[in-house]
This record gives sequence, C-alpha cells and structure tokens, in this order.
Amino acid sequence: MTIQFNEETFRDDYSFHNSDWAIKRFPFPFHEDSYMYAVNMEQHRGGPEGSVYEKRFDVDEHYVSEMRDRAMVLADDPLRCQSLPHMTLAGWDLLELIMVSKSEDYPDLFELHRNGNQWRWVNKPLGIDDTFTFLDETTLPYGPMEYITRQAQGDFCVLDQRDDMLWMDAGMVTTQADWSLDFDIGMNFFEWHAPVPLAHEMGIFKRALKFLLNIQQGAPARRLNWTMTVNPLLDTSPENYHKWGIQKTTLTPENIGAKQHLRVELQTFFRLPRSNALVFPIRCYLCSFQDLMTMPKWGRRLHRVVRDLPEELATYKGFIDNRPMMLDYLSQFDDGLPTSRGVWPDLDTEPALKKSS
Amino acid sequence: MIADAEGAEAILELAAQDPDLMTKSHIIFIPKGTNYTQALRDLKPAQFYEGPSYEAAVQRIRHVLAEAKMGLQVYLTGTEGLMGQAQNEAMQAGIPHSAIQTEHRGSVARRMQCVHCKGITEDVITDPFVCSHCGLNLFVRDHYSRRLAAYQGVCIDAEDPGNVPEPQELYT
Ligand code: HEM
Repeated sequence: MTIQFNEETFRDDYSFHNSDWAIKRFPFPFHEDSYMYAVNMEQHRGGPEGSVYEKRFDVDEHYVSEMRDRAMVLADDPLRCQSLPHMTLAGWDLLELIMVSKSEDYPDLFELHRNGNQWRWVNKPLGIDDTFTFLDETTLPYGPMEYITRQAQGDFCVLDQRDDMLWMDAGMVTTQADWSLDFDIGMNFFEWHAPVPLAHEMGIFKRALKFLLNIQQGAPARRLNWTMTVNPLLDTSPENYHKWGIQKTTLTPENIGAKQHLRVELQTFFRLPRSNALVFPIRCYLCSFQDLMTMPKWGRRLHRVVRDLPEELATYKGFIDNRPMMLDYLSQFDDGLPTSRGVWPDLDTEPALKKSS
Repeated sequence: MIADAEGAEAILELAAQDPDLMTKSHIIFIPKGTNYTQALRDLKPAQFYEGPSYEAAVQRIRHVLAEAKMGLQVYLTGTEGLMGQAQNEAMQAGIPHSAIQTEHRGSVARRMQCVHCKGITEDVITDPFVCSHCGLNLFVRDHYSRRLAAYQGVCIDAEDPGNVPEPQELYT
C-alpha cells in the first residue's frame, strides 16, 4: 500500500494524530492484565501483514513529520547526535543496513542503486536523491550515522562491543523517554541502566546483556518498552524537562482522553557486519487514551495494568501523580469481563464494553 | 600521587608505613583551604607541586601522565571530583586501570553536571542545589558518568515551579 503522510506537529499546537489504520496497528505492549519487567526478547523476523513488526524498519504515516521534528531538535541541540571517533565504520554499517532494508521493504518509497562503492540513494517522501561514495565521509553532508538517521524514524544507539560488554559510543537520540545521550555516551550497559528500579535486583540486565552479546548478523531481535507522555511530545528529553515537565500538570478529567498518551517503544537489535557493533533502534509510537479505548480489550487491560503497576515503576515512568486521574478515566472502560491472551485487539471476537448503570 | 584537601592525610599515612616510597614520589596537591602543604613537603618527596585549583593543575597532570614510564603507579586521594577527573586523565594517557589506586578522603561533596545547561557545579554538598551556571534548582540523581566525572543534576521544580524543598546535606 502507499502511505499517506500526515502533516502534523509534535510540539506547540500538537496536531499529531493517528488514523484508524495507525490505531489498529499500534503496538499495544501488554500481553496480559498485569506488567512487570522481564527479559522480553524475541526474534525480529517479520510479523503479521500490516503490523509494525512486519518490516525491518517500519515506516508509517508519521514519517515525514517526525523527521522534520528531529531536524528541529538537532538545530536546537546538536549534542543529541554524537559518535565517538572509533564508531564511524559502524555508522557506515548502519547506513547500509537501513538503505538496503528500506529499499527492499518499501520499493515504492526508497531506491538504492549500487555500482561498486558509487551509491545513489533516493528517498521519495523526503525528496532526497544523493550520490556518494560508500565509506568516504567527505561525500556526504553529515557523518554516515547522522545522515541516515535523519531519514529514519526512532532513536538509534550504536553500541561498541569489547571485553564482553556493550558501550554506548554513538547515537541519534531525539525521541527519548527522558534519558540523555550526552550524559550516557561512553557508558557501559550496566552504567547507563543504573537509574532503572528493581530490574538490577531481578537479574534482568545480566541476562539481557548475555543475550545481546550473542546476537548474530542476520538474526535481529526485538522487545517492547513503554511509558506515559502528556501531549504527543516526541522530545521528552531530560535536557528540556524544565520546559515540558509542567505539561504533566495540565491534565484534567475533561482533557485526559485526548492529552494522555501511551508511549510504546519498539526496540530492535541488529549485529552490524564490518564493525561487529550492535545497533539498537528505539522506535516510539504514541496513542492517546481515547484512541486506545476504541479497542474494548485494550480499554479493559490498560485499566488493570495501570491500577496494579508497582509504585516504583509508576514513579520511574513519571506518572505517579497523575495515576489517580488516569484510573478514574480508564475505569469507565473496564466492565470486569475477562480479556483474551496476547497483545492483539481481537476486535471481532472480544465483546463490546458493557455499559454500567 | 594526586590529592586534594584531606587526601593529604592518606599520603601522610602511606609515608609513615613506607618512608622509602617518598624518594620516588611526585606529589600534586590542591589544598582547597586546608593546611597540609608543609607536612607533605616535610615528607621530602622527589617532586612536589601545589596547585590553587584542579583546573590550574590539570595541564601539569597531563604532562606528567604523558611522560610516564612503564610501571608508573598512580595514587589518587581526596574528593570524588578530584579522583574522577584525574582518573579520566590517567585512562586517557593509557595508564591501565590496574595501575591506578583511589582512596576517598574528606568531604562527601559531589561534582554535578546540570543536564539542562551542561554546566558543572563543583563541591555540591546539599540536595537540592542551585546550578552555578543557569540557576535552576537541581536534585542530585544517582547517575554517574565516568567520562564527565560527575553525577547528574535534574530540575526539581519543573512540575511545580517555585516548590523547592529545603536543601538537605548529602548523606545525612
Ligand atoms: C543495548 C541496548 C540497550 C540500550 C542502548 C538501552 C538503553 C536504555 C536506556 C538509556 C534506558 C533509560 C535509563 C535511564 O533512566 O536513564 C533504559 C531503560 C530500560 N532498559 Fe534498556 N537498553 C538496552 C537494552 C535493554 C534490554 C535488552 C533490556 C531487557 C530487559 C532493557 C531493559 C530496560 C528497562 C526495563 C528499562 C526501564 C524502562 C522503563 O521502565 O521505562 N534494556 N534502557
């Protein structure tokens, strides 16, 4: 199918919106009625047709507007994109991975023509047609990682692997759930995860690291993570928290359905061929509570998950103060009926909401 | 040996245990208002330098580390800020981790980076504190960067401007 790209913003007037198509394919992250951290990883080898899991790098209706937002963030703060000197080869690996994947998966949108090291890259949605020499930085307007991630939705961490450890030595980070690349650059897997509650004690990071170190080329993996965001703001950075934090206090019982968004990250892991680095794309999907409630199963489940989430997690994810108001809203969509297993909305088989009173 | 303030005491103790050590030692000391300089000089180290601040001393530290011979032992003692920064310099000079020893002495002050303006505030002893660069009220987050040798400071009253709790002394 061809994609109709939305004309929308992720700041100021927040004209971001999801079509019915985008709501239906939203990566709802809860496969049961409760949530706790786990080493929730699986192979990234496609998924149901039309789902966000189908392609290696999902492109959706928000693509063009998200790339415009990224350019604005970078203009304000160039430190959101950093690459330590030894990471340039990994940047080329990433450029190749994305160009090859997108041109194969979306031939109507992207073209890659290769003649030895002379490459021509055509990105129709963004109106780009560039010819350059692969592995020659002087032939691109930015470093290879920055060049390609200005054209790919989601954040990217490029991890160097040495001494049986992963090191955050490069990244493009403008749509993050409140963490700073500039602060974390150069850290190892345990250091950058230090602020996460409970998961260290549960042994999650030790097991996760072991899994990641063994990821092989051609066998990518994926997992989901989630948090909550008031207004469809992509750039929830700590750098700008003193500016956007106040927006959390603007929720009211009247506007919460439209303003409160579930923020889901589709995180994937690819081994890169020349550098042996690991790339970690973090793709952010936003959906307002009121749009989620159009799926009766998701309404029931979200209420139960938010209600029963341990306090440490609600605090870390930054919505402990708004939780009571969220529950008042969400409880209207929970009639107590059981929910089917798995993340899919099962719209045809799940019962409609039973109206109380 | 690189030390600041009460770090001098650690050096004095070492010297008492092994007086020979001093004949091979180069001491770089930043007093930060303490009075240990004469005591350290009296140890008769092979070289002694007193610097008015870490920033003033850092050129010399870099030079000494760059000229280091194989087998050089680096001993860092005093505040966290001094040890973290000097450790970075030593690592960048290619000195292996195993040749660097650290011993914390004296103030529990933290070196903080403001995540908003990126400015570093030295010797922070309360939480929250005021960023010495942009003036925001910051709380001390338990997130440490070895590259910056600093903890992260994050705006405490973003969601309720002006509501800043009374500063508490760190670790009390
Ligand atoms: C190498 C790839 C990875 C990178 C670059 C990465 C990076 C991050 C970062 C920057 C944070 C935010 C920490 C903060 O608050 O400052 C985070 C949180 C977290 N990470 Fe990772 N991570 C990776 C892989 C994983 C894996 C494989 C797991 C598997 C269990 C995992 C589990 C978590 C959890 C549970 C959180 C807390 C999220 C929340 O509650 O919202 N991470 N990660």
